[in-house]
Amino acid sequence: MTAPKEHLIEVRGLRSQFGDNVIHDDLDLTVERGEVIGVVGGSGTGKTVLLNTIIGLKEPEGGSVSIFGRDMATLSKEEAADVERRTGVLFQSGALFSSLTVLQNVAAPLVEHTRLPIDTINEIAEMKIAMVGLKPGAHHLKPAELSGGMKKRVGLARALALDPELLFLDEPTAGLDPIGAAAFDELIRQLSDDLGLTVFMITHDLDSLYAITDKVAVLADKRVVAKATVSELERSDHPWIREYFLGPRGRAARAA
Amino acid sequence: MARADFQVEEKGDGAVLSLSGDWTTTSLGRTGRRLQDAVAGRKVARIDLTDLQKFDTAGALALVQGGVGGLGKAAWKARPEAGRIYALVEKLERQSVPPPRRADPVTRTFAKIGHGVYDFAAEATLSLAFLGRLIAATGSALKHPGRIRWAAWVSQAERSGLDALPIIMVTNFFIGAVVAFLGVDLLTQFGAGVFAVQLIGVSVLREFAVVITAVLLAGRSASAFAAEVGAMRMNQEIDAMQVMGVNAFQALVIPRLAALLVMLPLLTFAAMLAGLFGGLLVTWSSLNLGPAFFMQRLQDDPNMFQHAMVGLSKAPVFALVVAAIGCRQGMAVAGDVESLGRRVTAAVVQAIFAIIFLDAVFALIYLELNL
Repeated sequence: MTAPKEHLIEVRGLRSQFGDNVIHDDLDLTVERGEVIGVVGGSGTGKTVLLNTIIGLKEPEGGSVSIFGRDMATLSKEEAADVERRTGVLFQSGALFSSLTVLQNVAAPLVEHTRLPIDTINEIAEMKIAMVGLKPGAHHLKPAELSGGMKKRVGLARALALDPELLFLDEPTAGLDPIGAAAFDELIRQLSDDLGLTVFMITHDLDSLYAITDKVAVLADKRVVAKATVSELERSDHPWIREYFLGPRGRAARAA
Repeated sequence: MARADFQVEEKGDGAVLSLSGDWTTTSLGRTGRRLQDAVAGRKVARIDLTDLQKFDTAGALALVQGGVGGLGKAAWKARPEAGRIYALVEKLERQSVPPPRRADPVTRTFAKIGHGVYDFAAEATLSLAFLGRLIAATGSALKHPGRIRWAAWVSQAERSGLDALPIIMVTNFFIGAVVAFLGVDLLTQFGAGVFAVQLIGVSVLREFAVVITAVLLAGRSASAFAAEVGAMRMNQEIDAMQVMGVNAFQALVIPRLAALLVMLPLLTFAAMLAGLFGGLLVTWSSLNLGPAFFMQRLQDDPNMFQHAMVGLSKAPVFALVVAAIGCRQGMAVAGDVESLGRRVTAAVVQAIFAIIFLDAVFALIYLELNL
């Protein structure tokens, strides 16, 4: 494909602050269709704030955010519903509805946004649960009965329920054992390839970065200081990026 | 958005399925069911994708369930990305599991009664255990006053005592006014309107001030204690205290208990003043008896001081009950949100019930003592 790629997410001159504490200042970021982008940065650099701003949970103090080419600040009700249908979010700790079973959790977006008959909804939800690698035995469990890794998988199944074009993941592999994390990485990569997903992934996990991302955006100094492939970032001379990728853990992940 | 549709045509070597429109979650509707009926008993040899627009996993699922299986990669040559989605869905081991069966209504009713009895006994045991730990913690706090957490104590006293002052005074003001209206109205019929002052004095000082204050604190502080302690439990803060060797009772329960123990009598006193003030305004306006007369009638009654003391004597007991029930329910919160809601509700209901019940017990005791 030679045509210029469509910008699914476009953040221009974003400013975020809490009181006097400025988190982002003049931050720019674009994500193209089909990209798997990893967002890294030290603790407190506002990765989750950036995510929340893009998905509309937080109003920016300045600058603009557009998704699917539409400005988030001026969305009509119908456009906002359309954006919600076309995006899926996996929150850091799953954020499953604790009063619903696994199946009901995954079916919830379908019930909300489609007019499918209820048995079709259940079949689609069962398919999504199978897609994220959970056994049918988990269908009728409540979130309190699940392990951390299972919760993440259910959260991913719920995020995928409406077949979104754009998937947001907030530290998907945090708190998983290395085997589980590798399997989760593999799953996300496979789904993004097969379903043509665009993925915006916050992570601390160097292995995930090497395994599945196309590009990595680095948050530092209140901005995105670099957005490039991992191998390009390894050659960067920004002090934080050097330390991140060329430190002992970075070297180990690269060798793997 | 184009609705999903299809056509099945018999050609020489088998059926040809032509798909059209968007085969996606939002536009699929009942097409999947219709496809199942149309394809039933036939073998789909080829599919025609010329008119197919969007395609997602829900569309793929409809095809797989419709019995369109065993198509190779070649069949999807026109739309390789749709083929990948189809292949992903086809190889999934989907399986439906019926929800766990619920017992029949009769069994459920008996099970509920049984659980109720068992839970009541278990709750009672746990409450006694809590009481025991509470007494032990209080004992050790008294033995080592240096370990008392004064900062926590003062902040709790401010939050659950001082901040409650406005609402408690306003509520009791209205209670006093209502009693005065009723008293004046009834007693004037017998030509004894001036005795409304005594009625206000006795009812406010002896009962209403302390009971209304305690009930308001049950709604305000017992719920807050249960929610705070419960959220700390869910957040593993109490486990963290335990491994640090911090006694959770010393750190969380004792300050709350001590704060209410001091604040509830003070609040009750303020409530008495507010109640009397409400009564005073009503007698003044409806009987034209001024404040000086109102005060004089109260002072002339030799028992009025005793009524006030009886009222105040209940305050510390109610304080203990409200704080202990709130913290006890907070400590019993399990990991999930539902149990937090259940426990907070239980804290308020139990605290209010205990206040009314104990008030009745006090009434009997003081009656026997002729106070």
